[in-house]
Formats: sequence, C-alpha cells, structure tokens
Amino acid sequence: MSAGVSNSARQVAAARAQSPHTSMFLRMLVRAAVLRRGRAASALFAMVVAAAVATAMLNLYVDVQAKLRREFRNYGANIIVVGKDGASLPTDAVARVESALAGRGLVAPFALIVARTSDGQPIVVVGTDFDRVKQLDRWWSVSSWPSGPQQGLVGVRAVSVVSPKNQPFDLSFRGHTIHLMSAGTVQTGAAEDSRVYLSLADFVSWTGVQPSTIEVAATGSPEEVTAIMQQLEQAIPTAEARPVRQIMEGEARVLGKTRATLLSATALIILTAALCVLSTLMGWVFDRRRDFAIMKALGASDRLLNGFFAAEAAALGATGAVIGFILGIGIAAWIGRVNFHAPVVPRFSVLPLVLAGSIVVTLLAAILPISLLRRVQPAVILRGE
Amino acid sequence: MFVRLVYESFRRQKRRKLLAGAAITLGVTVATAMIAVATDIGDKINRELRTIGANILVTPQEDSLDVEIGGVNLKPPTDGAFLNEADLPKIKGTFWHNNITGFAPMLPVNVTLQNGGQTENLTLLGTYFAKRVAFGKEEFNTGVRTTHTWWKVSGAWPEDSSRDVLLGERLAARLLAKSGDEVRLSGRELHVVGILSTGSSEDDQIVGPIALAQEILGKPGAVRRVYVSALTKPEDALARRDPKSMSGPVYDRWYCSPYPQSIAFQLQEAIPHSHAEQIRQVAQNEGAVLTRIEGLIFLITLAALFASALAVSAAMATAVFERRAEVGLMKALGAGKLAVASVFFAEATLLALIGGFVGFVAGGLLAHQIGRSIFSSEISIPPVLLPVTLVIAVIVTFAGSAAAIRKAVGLDPVFALRGEL
Repeated sequence: MSAGVSNSARQVAAARAQSPHTSMFLRMLVRAAVLRRGRAASALFAMVVAAAVATAMLNLYVDVQAKLRREFRNYGANIIVVGKDGASLPTDAVARVESALAGRGLVAPFALIVARTSDGQPIVVVGTDFDRVKQLDRWWSVSSWPSGPQQGLVGVRAVSVVSPKNQPFDLSFRGHTIHLMSAGTVQTGAAEDSRVYLSLADFVSWTGVQPSTIEVAATGSPEEVTAIMQQLEQAIPTAEARPVRQIMEGEARVLGKTRATLLSATALIILTAALCVLSTLMGWVFDRRRDFAIMKALGASDRLLNGFFAAEAAALGATGAVIGFILGIGIAAWIGRVNFHAPVVPRFSVLPLVLAGSIVVTLLAAILPISLLRRVQPAVILRGE
Repeated sequence: MFVRLVYESFRRQKRRKLLAGAAITLGVTVATAMIAVATDIGDKINRELRTIGANILVTPQEDSLDVEIGGVNLKPPTDGAFLNEADLPKIKGTFWHNNITGFAPMLPVNVTLQNGGQTENLTLLGTYFAKRVAFGKEEFNTGVRTTHTWWKVSGAWPEDSSRDVLLGERLAARLLAKSGDEVRLSGRELHVVGILSTGSSEDDQIVGPIALAQEILGKPGAVRRVYVSALTKPEDALARRDPKSMSGPVYDRWYCSPYPQSIAFQLQEAIPHSHAEQIRQVAQNEGAVLTRIEGLIFLITLAALFASALAVSAAMATAVFERRAEVGLMKALGAGKLAVASVFFAEATLLALIGGFVGFVAGGLLAHQIGRSIFSSEISIPPVLLPVTLVIAVIVTFAGSAAAIRKAVGLDPVFALRGEL
C-alpha cells in the first residue's frame, strides 16, 4: 500500500473524527437502504400504498358530504319564504333574498292566482322567472321553454283545458284578459301539471299581483341552512322562512348513513393497510438481526441502536407518507371525476394526519422486533441460530 | 413424505403460520364485508331515500284540473272523478309488489269549523295512518306513517277505524287548541288526539281517517289520489322509451325492470280508470343520488380489495423469505426446485383455505354488524360468495408468495445455509 493512500485514509479518518456521530449515523442509514435495495423498496412500496389509500379515503370522507349535498340540491328548494299571515312580499323581495344568500343557493319567485279560461273553467296561473326555475327545478320535463313575451308554459294536464290544439288562448282574471301563445308543456307528475306558467313581467302587468312565495335552495349543512333561514327573515321582516322538512330530513338521513358507511370502510381499509406495512416492515427489521448483532458486538449502546432503527423507520415512514399522499390525492381526484364529475379538492390538512400515522406504524414495526432481539446475545445471532 | 413435510411445518412453526394466517383472515374479512356492503348498499340507500316521500302518484283518469293554492282547494269537492278505495289493495298484486313499501290514499274535503260564534272554512284531509290492508292471503300495514315519514305528531296518531283527527300545527296555534280537545266540524263533534307538523300545507288543515272524509263528502269509498312509495331502479335510456313503441322482448325487459315508469304503468293497469305517474322531483333525483352513492361505495370496495390483497401478499412474502435456510437444507438433501416449490404452494393453499374460510365468516359477521348499526337492518351475504372468496384468497396468496418462493428456490443452498442472503 502506498503512503498516499494511507495518508488520505488518515485524512478521512481525521475528518470523520471531527464529526463522528452524525456522519456515521447518516452513512449507516443511507447504506442500509442502498445495500438492501429490494427489501427496502418493498417496505417503502407497502408504506406508499398504505399512505395513498389512507389519504384518498380521508380526503373523500371529508369531501363526499359536500358532493352529495350538491346532488341533493337537485331536489329543489329546501326553504320557502312566504309573507307572514298571508301578507304579500315586498316588491324587492327577490333582490333582498339574493343579497342575504350571497351566492349560497338558488332562488325563484312564484306568484299564484286562479284565473278563468275562455269557457269559464278555473285554472291556477303562476307567474315566475323561467331562467331561475330552470336552475332550481331541474326535474321539470319541459318540451320547450318560453322565450318571449305573451308565451305560456302549459302543464300537461292543463293542455286539454286551455289549448288542446296548441292554439293561442285567453285567460281572464278580475275582468282583465291576457292573450297567450303556448310555448311548450311542462310535466312533473305533481301540481305543476295542472297549471299555466307565465313570465313574471307578463303576470304582473296582467294581474297586478306580486310574488307571494320565494323558493330557495340553500347549500350547506343543516346548521348553515338554519342560519340562512334566520338571515332571510331578518332581510324581509314581514316574511316567514319555512324549511321544506321532507327534503331536509331525507337529505340528512341519506347523508348520515352514507357517511357512516364510508367511515367504517375507511377504518377497515386503513387498518388493513397499516397491518400490511407492519408485517412487511417487521420482516425487514427482523431480517437485519445480523447488522444489529454486529453493531452491538462492536459496542453500540441500546440507546444508539434503538435510535438508529427508529430513525430509519421514521425516515421510511415519512418518505412513504409524502409519496403516498401525492398518489392518494390523485386517487381521490380520480374518484371525484369518475363518480361525481367534479374534482375532489386536495385537503392538505390530511397530510399531518397521514404523516403522523405512517411514522407511528413504522416505529411500531421497528421497535417490536428490536425489543425481541435485545434480549438475545449478539453471538447467538451471529452464529445464525 | 410430502404430506409429512407440510404437516410438520404447520405443527412446528405455529407462530409464523399464525402471522400469515392472521393476515389472510383479516384481508378476507375486510374484502367480504366490503363486498357484502357494496352489493346491498343500493337497496339500503333506496329505502332511506323513501323518507323523501312517495315517488308515484295515482289519480283518476278523467279528472278535472286541481285548483289548489297554498293547500286550499278551490275545486268544488264533488267535482271531478274519484278512485275506488276497494281497488287499492290491488297495488300489492302487481308484479313489483315487493318493491312497493307503502301507499297512502288522500281525500281532501271542505268542512266548516264552528269556533265559538264564528265559522271558518277549512280542508279536512282523509287518509290512512297505518291501516291493515289485506290482498289475498297477504296482510300489510300502510298509510302516511310509512309514506310520509317527515310528518311529526305530538300526541297520538289516530286509529284508522276511529273518528279522531289531527290538527295542523299552524291551525292549532291559531285556534289555541291542543290534543285532547274537541272540535265541531260540519256539525260533528270530533276528538283531537294530536297536533301534526309537516312543514307544508297540511299544517293549516285537519287530517283524519279516510272513512270520516268520505262520510262528510257523502261518497263512500271515494279516493282523490294515492301516493305510492316504491323502490325503483335509476332511470336509463330504456326507461324513458314509450312502451307502445317497443317490440316484444324489449317490452318484457322494460316491464320487468323496476323503473318508476314501469311501476307506474303496472299500477295504472291494476287500478281501474286510473292514471299513475312518477313524481319527477322525487323519482328523478333519487336515481342520481343512488347512482352516486353506489358508484362511490363500489370504488371504495375496489380500494379495500386492493389493500387486502396487498396485505396478504406482503405477509406471505415475508413468511417465505424467513425460511431460506429451510429451502437450503431441502435442496442440500437433494430436493428439486419443483419439490420445494410445491411444498410451499401446498402450505400457501392450506393457509389460504383456512384463513379464507375464517375470514369469510368474520366478514359476514362484520357486514351484519355494519348493517345493524348503520341501517338498522340486515345485510346478508349470499353463500355463493364463499367459493368465490376462497378461490380469490388462494390466488392472492399464491401471487403474494410466488416471487419470494422463486427467489428462495433459486438460491445456492450453501449460501442459504450459511445465512448469507
């Protein structure tokens, strides 16, 4: 051996002596992962999958509520605003309701009267805002929406009474008559089928009657909807906001059950994933009992050994958690796209949870076999028994 | 020799076998429970959705228009056509009778209320509360308590055979009436047993047994409309087609699917002179919500299956890897690769079968528990699932151990015996 080599070796040794612990510690950590790539990779893989599944489930669990709420808003109004004791609503009621809602829902006004057809039959005529109704009551099956003035939307059962041959028809109310074209028919299977709908402008100029009912589809949890109802009553003191109990109770029940099912599924999946990590990692650590024995034979203290394996596990857990988190967000977004046709918003508040959970599981997986091995003499392990 | 090897391996290495077996059992438990929940969730959520109310409305075919504003009916009460109450039990005689969870007939009549010296015109709504109806040998309870679950009563529900009534919440507040009072309606002295709160027009009305309404109207057996609550299948392209335009087999398929349209069609056939139609607000949205929830649970079940397959594979790989020395010994004694591999695979199969069976039973119990605690009804597992589960468990266990077994078999016995990788 040349002097140069031993010189440089001495230099290296001297350099290492300056910072003995940290560099040796890091080297051991890195080399352990690099030398046994296969085993380390399989442990990391298990960790990544577990973290990804956990992230996706937690993300969905938080988001599904909002997604399903939106589906339920297709049921239409969950709040109805009417004048107190039959009083009519102020003329700017819709604007006031909209400003109180501040974008947290849809609004549609309705004004109802009983008019007479040209042969004297009574019929309910409703004035409304078609653009708003289109948004709010999506289940209406309409052949063609009115597009101009003097056009009416006729319920399928009312057709035979007012305009059986699709001809223009007259309706009269308190001595005033309006001449209407039938733009199309509406079918809902409920009261709407026996009514005639007009645009609010035509309706008011014909009858002089202002809207008496405003239907509101407010988005949010039951508490938020209750708060919105109070705000609406404050915005229009002469009005009363009533919940549509039928819709709200059904929604609460279905959401509650879905959430509970999802929670148990999430718990089961996370448990399985954690167990998968635990068994893989325990195998990995157990497999390295030789390293453990050599370190111990060379004089490493129990504390150092524990620290070493714990650090290794924590590093593995953290790496797996971060990669898994990114993957999991992707899975959640994919499920959102496929099932709800809307992305699931990534929730970074889940990250600390997944990170902490991963590290706890990996630490557990490392410490358990170590504490088993600690009682064994290094010589016994090295002899391969 | 082969059998002995496998047997001894199970007898002597109890700890390792227990670990791998536990992983398989857990994996199969989770998979079975999730599959059971996923196959049943549609039905369960469908039943929950029925709380939103009836999805089919049956009306007389030749009816005049409803003239109703804010729960006040302006149509003369004797005007228009009626259904016959005696025809209603036939609803349970239709093809989809098991899907019909309940129905409630309605008959609104105008009454005058004598309150002190004043009289007031009100609507009395006659209906079933929880009436026992018989069709053939079958008996069942039906009425608003099953179809209109959001109706809340403080006090007691009236008996269907009685002449007791419920007062709407707002009406009761206006009259300062409470349950236990008597009201004078159109010359009849009636007993108020409860105050009804519904959040809609019934709050201003009086609700009583249908026989009372028929008596006031003077038309025995008359029913204005029937709300039917049915478990339906989400609508698809076939559902929306007009049955008249269908060819034979397509028509049969349409007729035998529980679409809202086909159930309505059958109700119309069963009840003479009737017109049945889906209530679009309920029926249409129900399908959407149901599809979303089913889709979600399906995807999550996939995730659960994936996670459990992975857990089983990981446990098996670890178990095989730990036994390299044994492989070395067998090979040193002259065993071929095939012989060694078949010992391991036989062990894996045995483990998978035992773990799979225990897991299937545990998964069934778990699903049962989930059904009981969340939906308060049973989630049953079709026994057909058992062989399927076992086969899948064996395949996953094989797949999980295959890589590790191949590696172990390929090792040089010398190194394996010395314990050097």
